Amino acid sequence: MTSFLTLLARNRLALAGGIVLSLVVLLALLTPVLPLADPDVTNTSNRFQPIFSDGAVLGTDHLGRDLLSRLMWGTRLSLAVGFAAAIVAATIGAGIGIVAGYYGGRIDNIIMRGVDMLMAFPYILLALAIVAALGPGLFNALIAVSAVNVPFFARNIRGITVGIAHKEFVDAARLAGLSNTRIILSEILPNVIPVIVIAMSTTIGWMILETAGLSFLGLGSQPPQADLGSMLGEARSALIANPHTSIVPGVMILIIVMSINLLGDGVRDALDPRLKSGALSRPMAATRVDRAEQPPAPTDQGLLEVKALETQFHIKDRIYRAVGGVDLSVEKGECLGIIGESGSGKSVTALSFMGLVASPPGVITGGAAYYEGEDLIGAPYKRLRDMRGRNVSYIFQDPLATLHPLYRVGDQLIEAIRAHRPIGREEGRAKAVELLNAVRIPNAEKRISDYPHEMSGGMRQRVGIAMALANDPDIIIADEPTTALDVTVQAQVLTILDDLRRSRGLAIVFITHDFGVVAQLCDRVAVMYAGRVVETGGTGDILDAPRHPYTARLMACVPELGGGKRRLEAIPGLPPVVDNLPAGCAFADRCDRAQDACRSGDIALAQTGNHAVRCLYPVAQEEIA
Amino acid sequence: MTKALKLTDLSKTFPVGRSLFGKSTGSVKAVHPLSLSVEQGETLGIVGESGCGKSTLARMLVGLLPPTTGQIEIEGAALDTADPAAFGKRIQYVFQDPISSLNPRKTIRQIMEAPLKRLHQMPAEARRKRISEIFESVNLREEFLDRYPHEFSGGQAQRIGIARALAANARILILDEPVSALDVSVQAQVLNLLADLRKTFDLTYLFISHDLAVVEAVSDRIAVLYFGSVVEIGPAEEVFAAPKHPYTKLLADSAPVVGRALTPPEAEGTELPDPLNPPPGCAFSARCPRASETCRAKAPRLTPVGASSEVACFHPLSE
Repeated sequence: MTSFLTLLARNRLALAGGIVLSLVVLLALLTPVLPLADPDVTNTSNRFQPIFSDGAVLGTDHLGRDLLSRLMWGTRLSLAVGFAAAIVAATIGAGIGIVAGYYGGRIDNIIMRGVDMLMAFPYILLALAIVAALGPGLFNALIAVSAVNVPFFARNIRGITVGIAHKEFVDAARLAGLSNTRIILSEILPNVIPVIVIAMSTTIGWMILETAGLSFLGLGSQPPQADLGSMLGEARSALIANPHTSIVPGVMILIIVMSINLLGDGVRDALDPRLKSGALSRPMAATRVDRAEQPPAPTDQGLLEVKALETQFHIKDRIYRAVGGVDLSVEKGECLGIIGESGSGKSVTALSFMGLVASPPGVITGGAAYYEGEDLIGAPYKRLRDMRGRNVSYIFQDPLATLHPLYRVGDQLIEAIRAHRPIGREEGRAKAVELLNAVRIPNAEKRISDYPHEMSGGMRQRVGIAMALANDPDIIIADEPTTALDVTVQAQVLTILDDLRRSRGLAIVFITHDFGVVAQLCDRVAVMYAGRVVETGGTGDILDAPRHPYTARLMACVPELGGGKRRLEAIPGLPPVVDNLPAGCAFADRCDRAQDACRSGDIALAQTGNHAVRCLYPVAQEEIA
Repeated sequence: MTKALKLTDLSKTFPVGRSLFGKSTGSVKAVHPLSLSVEQGETLGIVGESGCGKSTLARMLVGLLPPTTGQIEIEGAALDTADPAAFGKRIQYVFQDPISSLNPRKTIRQIMEAPLKRLHQMPAEARRKRISEIFESVNLREEFLDRYPHEFSGGQAQRIGIARALAANARILILDEPVSALDVSVQAQVLNLLADLRKTFDLTYLFISHDLAVVEAVSDRIAVLYFGSVVEIGPAEEVFAAPKHPYTKLLADSAPVVGRALTPPEAEGTELPDPLNPPPGCAFSARCPRASETCRAKAPRLTPVGASSEVACFHPLSE
């Protein structure tokens, strides 16, 4: 709640709106105790007194009634009716929406078609019809304005409810023995209330206007009772001769509606989770680079060489060290595996090479990534864009999310090629077919005009690989490309990747959490933990004789097929959070070999031959055997 | 000995496509008529790839989906109402995604109290005691009770999910991919916890997963599902070590194993059968190297092979 208020206060316009509105509401509440003239006492000899005249600060109207007093009482009434209408409309509309969305099927169909019929009428016509049927009067105007706004709430809330009703926690509540009514009240309602508040805050001003509109037409408040609409209506005939009688209520309506709308927008921005997470603030085209020190020089190791790479996320006043000094290299035709759990920084490392980490909040704060000796970190955007896809390309975990759902896969492939070189229609098509054949999609000529949803998961991931191949890159970075696939499909996709690297001399950086996959595909492996490489070396060496306790225990806790029923060697505890890393070894708290020395100072990656390990007390060979 | 769970000819057909007046234009058989039984205290593993009907089966077993045909018998008594509350006391469900199975706007205590209050009408004092007992058994601290779900990691949230299932005091748990959303180091913690709980409370598990190695590590028996039917069922140590159905063999060969070279286990470009237009014979025949004319014309039935296995194949693999 406090965070909501600070968010709201940061929005200056909303804050101003909030202050003005509170003043107006306060005045309206205090009206009965203020020393005001009676608003309904007529004094025709004193009619049309100008503003600032004696005894009437805002003048008098055509019957000589005190305008200030009428304004205050009128505001009070208009606000009360507007708020009441909003609450009635929100309650009824949300109730209808929740019932329709929760039960679905026929109930949903009948209710929503009824709501659609209401919506088919122009709202003012509908309100007029309702008032005409019920007779003029403020209470009837309130009913009309509420009824007109019910469909808006019903539709909005129904949509949200449908999404929530299919969540697993609703199923869980059903299994816990809750009845439908209880599920609606205790599971669904608390989750839709924010949406109801947002919808109310943006429509309440509108409802005050609508009520004023009906009163203006003489269908709302009846004389002598004042509300803002009826005051305007009565002043209409004297608009030219005595404009102040219209201006006074008009300005008040303007102030109320403006302040409510500004505040409402602020409330929506502060409550809407999509806006809060910053998804609507567009990230920059390349990751921000802010290196304090000169990066280390390249040592001519391989096609891509990463040196002391550091990437951080700056969120509010916290710094998350996602990548804390990573060295890697990969050669032509080689496959490097990066293995680690979620949060170990493996994906952020791979995205940093080409400046693909979203900024804000991502910042590359140190190190370099040399592609054939050229530092990619801090390279101009134009250069990076030219290299993305042509020299280094990516394959992601979820092909359904990376392919555009509205374009045919062939067109998306051609677009990928066209991003780097001009190519004709026919030639593009031929190249696309060739690419699909290269990833062994059967019947490529025909499947080129499929939409992504018409393909199975395995086929879509093949298209993802074809797209990565489109511009003959030297390096493919594959970020968990088979995690979302079934095992039989995974085997096919891995075979394709393996063949490609052998036939085209591709370098592959393969990010995964699966030792089995690493063993089958990768030449070398780097094991990451809490943003750093803790062990690296040849795949065979590491899998046969892991030296870092984390690697050894991670391998031990994964069941392997063919082992039968058994107890697993779990690692106690959780990985550390990267905004608060302990001194020394990040794994020390979960490690049964840790000693005092492990908890202080920086522990270097110690190299022995091709095998390097960041540990003071590594597992010795004899212990494994 | 009574079976903990007995299914007879259980099946589920979903209508698909809608004409203008809401009549369905076709149907998909998500689960073909299926008979299974699980002994008290046993863990039956169910494996299969996406779309094989394993989640549909699980949802029918706890009453979240009414079956199209067949019966469910729990501890000797038939349950044919589709009221989840009636199921709730005898069979519970642990969800795949631990975070989304907890209502974000309720404290853990409120979540834990629901089954005690609604299924067992326990008074407040007894509830408090029972919750602390359960929390102790799943290794969670009681101070967590007043927090909200978003404050927990996946592994902790899954423990809470398991605790909630235990609170209902059901003796059978359906575990639907309970560890696939978790990191490997946390996955082992949760699997061990499940094994301990089974021993302590004499529980019966139905463990559903796509991860062959995990299923093998926790199950007594394993049933392999393909296209809505059980194609093979047998003791855990035999099913993948000595597969009898060609599909089981394909699965076992596809799983990446340290120390086995990468070889494509089957011909390229094979795709799953179309559920709207299923093949007349064995659903696997189009992908099967051993398929014959019989396989394409007639669907095989589950028949006993060896001491304790059953396989639905006309040409099973022998050792």
